[in-house]
Formats: sequence, C-alpha cells, structure tokens
Amino acid sequence: MSEILRTSALCKRFGGHDAVTDVDLIVERGEIHCLIGPNGAGKSTLFKLIVGTHIPTSGSIVFDGHDVTGQRPYERVKSGMSIKMQTPSVFRELPVWQNLQIALQHHVPPASLAQEQDRMLELLDLSAQHAKPAGELSHGQQQWLEIGMALALKPALILMDEPTAGMSPDETFKTGELIQRFNAQGLTVVVVEHDMAFIRQIAKQVTVLHYGKVFARGPIDDIIQDPRVAEIYLGKTHA
Amino acid sequence: MFKSLNGPQTIGNNRPFWIGFGVVLALMLAYPLVADAYSVGNVAYMLIWVFMALGLSLIWGYGGILSFGQTFFFGIAGYGYGVLAINLGGGGMTLLALVIAVALAALAALVLGYFIIWGGVGGVFIGIVTLSATLVLAFFLGQTAGPEWHVGPARLNGYNGMKGMDGLNIPWFDDSNVELEGVSLYYVVLLLLLLVYLGLRVFVNSRFGNVIVAIREDAQRAELLGYDTRKYQLVLFVIGSALAGLSGALYTSWGQFITPASIGLPAAAMPIVWVAFSGRSDITATMIGSFLILLTFQTLTVYSQQAALVLMGAMLLVTVLAAPQGFMISVSRAATRLLRRVGADRPSRP
Repeated sequence: MSEILRTSALCKRFGGHDAVTDVDLIVERGEIHCLIGPNGAGKSTLFKLIVGTHIPTSGSIVFDGHDVTGQRPYERVKSGMSIKMQTPSVFRELPVWQNLQIALQHHVPPASLAQEQDRMLELLDLSAQHAKPAGELSHGQQQWLEIGMALALKPALILMDEPTAGMSPDETFKTGELIQRFNAQGLTVVVVEHDMAFIRQIAKQVTVLHYGKVFARGPIDDIIQDPRVAEIYLGKTHA
Repeated sequence: MFKSLNGPQTIGNNRPFWIGFGVVLALMLAYPLVADAYSVGNVAYMLIWVFMALGLSLIWGYGGILSFGQTFFFGIAGYGYGVLAINLGGGGMTLLALVIAVALAALAALVLGYFIIWGGVGGVFIGIVTLSATLVLAFFLGQTAGPEWHVGPARLNGYNGMKGMDGLNIPWFDDSNVELEGVSLYYVVLLLLLLVYLGLRVFVNSRFGNVIVAIREDAQRAELLGYDTRKYQLVLFVIGSALAGLSGALYTSWGQFITPASIGLPAAAMPIVWVAFSGRSDITATMIGSFLILLTFQTLTVYSQQAALVLMGAMLLVTVLAAPQGFMISVSRAATRLLRRVGADRPSRP
C-alpha cells in the first residue's frame, strides 16, 4: 500500500490555544482509518486543516503526492478529497434530489444525471423523500444525504466527521456497511467517531488524539487494549 | 430547448403557466393596436426598468448578494450611451453605442465585483461597498456642470443632466436607419425582455444555476463540493449588473436625457423595493411584480407623488411582514396549491 495522505508537524493555534500540535498523520491508500479522542482533542480541527477550511499555523499536508497546504478547499476536492462535516451540512432549502445533483453534476453527463440521482437516492434510502427540502429530513437522514453528497464526488479519500451522530443503532450499522462497500471499491476513508462499536465494525487503523497531539496509533485491536487510551476517555490522565 | 426553460429555480414549470404566458405575450403584442402612442411609449418606459430588476433578482435572490449598485451600472451605461451616441455621430451608430455602453457596465461590474468577492467582502458589507460606489458616481456626475466636463462634444452638464444624444436607431437594409420611438421602441424593448427572460430561465435552471443557489444556501458547503464559489459569484454579479446597464442605456435612448438623480440614493433604493416586494428569488415574480409596482407608482404619482411614496412604503412593509418571500411569490404559491388541487400541476424534476 502507498500513502494517500500525510500531515507533517501540523499545527493550528487559535489565539493562545494550541488546537493541533505537531500532528503527523499517515493514511495508507485503501484503508479505513479512525481518529478518536475525547472532546476537544483537535479531531475536527485536524479535518478542517486537511480539507482547507482552516489554514495551518505551521506544518504541511501532502495529498496523493502533492503538497496541498496552500490550496483552497475546492482545489483539494477537485484533486480527489471529500468531506462530511460534523454537523449535517446540506442545502436546507433545496430538495433532496437537487442536493445530490449539485454534487453529481461534476462528473455525470446530463443525459445520465437523473438515473444516477435515482441510484444514489435508493442507495441512501431517500427515494421517498426526494422532493422534500433537505432541511425537513430527520437528523439521521440529513447525515445520510451529506454522506451521499460526499460520495457522489467519487473521491479517492473521504473524511467523515462523526457520520453516525444522532443515528439509531440500526442506521449506524447500515452506515458502516455503506462505508465498507465503498472502501471495497478502493475508497480511502478517515473517520472521526466516538461510537466504539462502529469503530470496531469498520476500522483497521486508529490514531488517538489528545490535547491536539497524537497520543497513540496502531491497529484497532491494540488501541482498544491500550490502558492509556481507556484512561484518557475516562479522564484520568490529566486528572 | 423547452425542457431547459423549466426547473427547480423558477416558478411556473407547467402547461397552465406557459398557456398564461402565451396569452399575456399576445396581449402585450396587441397592446399598440388598441392604445395611443403616448401610452405605448409609457409602457415601453416601464418595461425598460424591468431589466434592472431582473438583474437584481439574479444577484440578490439567486446569489444571495445584496447589491445596492444597480443604479451605478445603470448610470455608467446610461451616460456611456449618451457620450458614445454623440461622439459616434448618432444615427445607426447608436446601436453600437448601446452595445458598448452595456459592455462598459459589465466591465465596471467585473472590476468592482472582483475586488468585493476576492477581497472577501461579505454580507451587509457588499451592500455598503456597492452603495458607496453608487453615491460616488452620483456626486461626481453632479459636479460636472462646468463646460470643462465633456467627452468630445458630449457635455455632462451636472445635475441639469446630459442631453442631445440620438435615440436608438437600427441600421436597415437600404442603408437607411430605423429610428426606434413609440411603437417600434416598444416592440424592440418587449422582444429584448422576452429574450432576456427566457435566457435567464435557461441560465438559472442550468448546472450553473444549481451552483449559484447552492452558494446562496451555504457557500462553504458549495466550495467543499469542488466549486470555486468566487468565480460563480463574479459571473452572476457581472450578468446582473450588465442587465442594469441595459436598462440605463435604453433609458437614455428612450428619453434622450439622463441626470445623476437616476443614480443617487432614492433611485438606488427603488430596485431593492421592487424586487423585495415582487419576490427576489424568482425572475418571473420579479418581472411581473416590478412592472406592476412601476405601473401603480406612476398611476398614483399623477395624483400625488407624496401619496405614492407613502403607499409604496406601506406596500413594502406589509409585504415584509405578511409575505416575506414576496407578494408575487405568495400569489404564485396560492395558484400552485389551487392547480395541485385540480391535478394540473406536476412538480418539475429535470
């Protein structure tokens, strides 16, 4: 496997607060990589740095062999990166089908757009809601729609920030299956999650962030058994 | 072609709408047969302003950018037409003057829009910047009364206004020119409005239009779907402003006269009022609503200008409170509900 994403000594400082400090993250092509850590550990900030909505204070980001540190978000997306944000970020006033169309129209020719839209709606279990404004969907359905929009870009790497937040156990499991299905087709996935059952379902590699720094990394089974990781989740390390 | 006229960004995507559209168009075409020349010229005058309203609907309603600069571009093209028509010798050259004047407005929009959008100016500050540009132009033109303020033989004349330019002429086949006034000007303006309206329907329902409304809803999400939102916003700003320019050039051609009062603060606020009242997020609502409001305003002004202004203010207030999406949009929604009840309408999903 070759690496698809590498951050080197990545730092982000907000005023006097170091949100991300010297983070070296390596993601191999084709893997499902989970980022875990307590609230405030810097996971979402790291995602925003990778996708370009935050500018790093220092450090670099290399995606698919190219340094993308100075690129705008749309350039990174065009080169094969995609993101599902922490809070559902859909076009609330626009109907569900149009949300998908805006993502799909990048690479799907007009003649097959409607067909591809229907395929995605079915995949996301949103066919019955296709004409509803996206803002009227349930929280879980909005999460799915946003995942669908991110996948519709046919990315090489997808960043998913808490994709199952607000979902029922059944919906969470289905989301895991969806991610695994796309991963089997070659998609690299980086996920921020708190739900350990979900992480066990999908992840092989895990990086643990704590106070903006990499605290531990390794295969999922090793990380779960690491007593230090359990401690930071229970809040003992800095108590 | 017909399919591309309909889509999620426009109301009236069904057969009853297009039948109604055809009836209204036929009535407009027949109007000069039953009205006197003054009334026809007067309706042409009101139609001329509708281009500016459509431009603002595009920028504000579809793109989410509140521009107070429509009369800035109106003024550039209006004065541009005057200066060019005089300097190019009038007659058939006035058509070229009109085209160049609109292009000048578009160029000004390109420059101003570039600095606004690439400079990261957002929200209400865009309104402030565009209003400032409008006021600067109005004040500048107001102090050009002296004889030193001229471009070739074209005197700017300060607040007295610029005059002496020919009305729009169209070069004809036998080397003569057809001067557009009265009925002929009415038909040309009506044809232009038809073309602009249909063109905008195709434009807003296209892939480009999809991205524009996505940017209005959530610019960051749109960028994270791979769109350079700045380029889309700039193109939209230029097209919407060029339409204000078209209004300006046609206005000067219609009256062969323009003053800085057509640009200043009261004038700059009017397109906002028309579009807010009509329903900014739809070009059909804007077109019909702006025409009706202009007609109402003019009719009332005959009796009392103050009463007309008060009534306009009241109409805007009631619209904002009772139908914040706009009066015409509310009417359209009520009509759609009625049609759904009788089963004639099908929601469009291209």
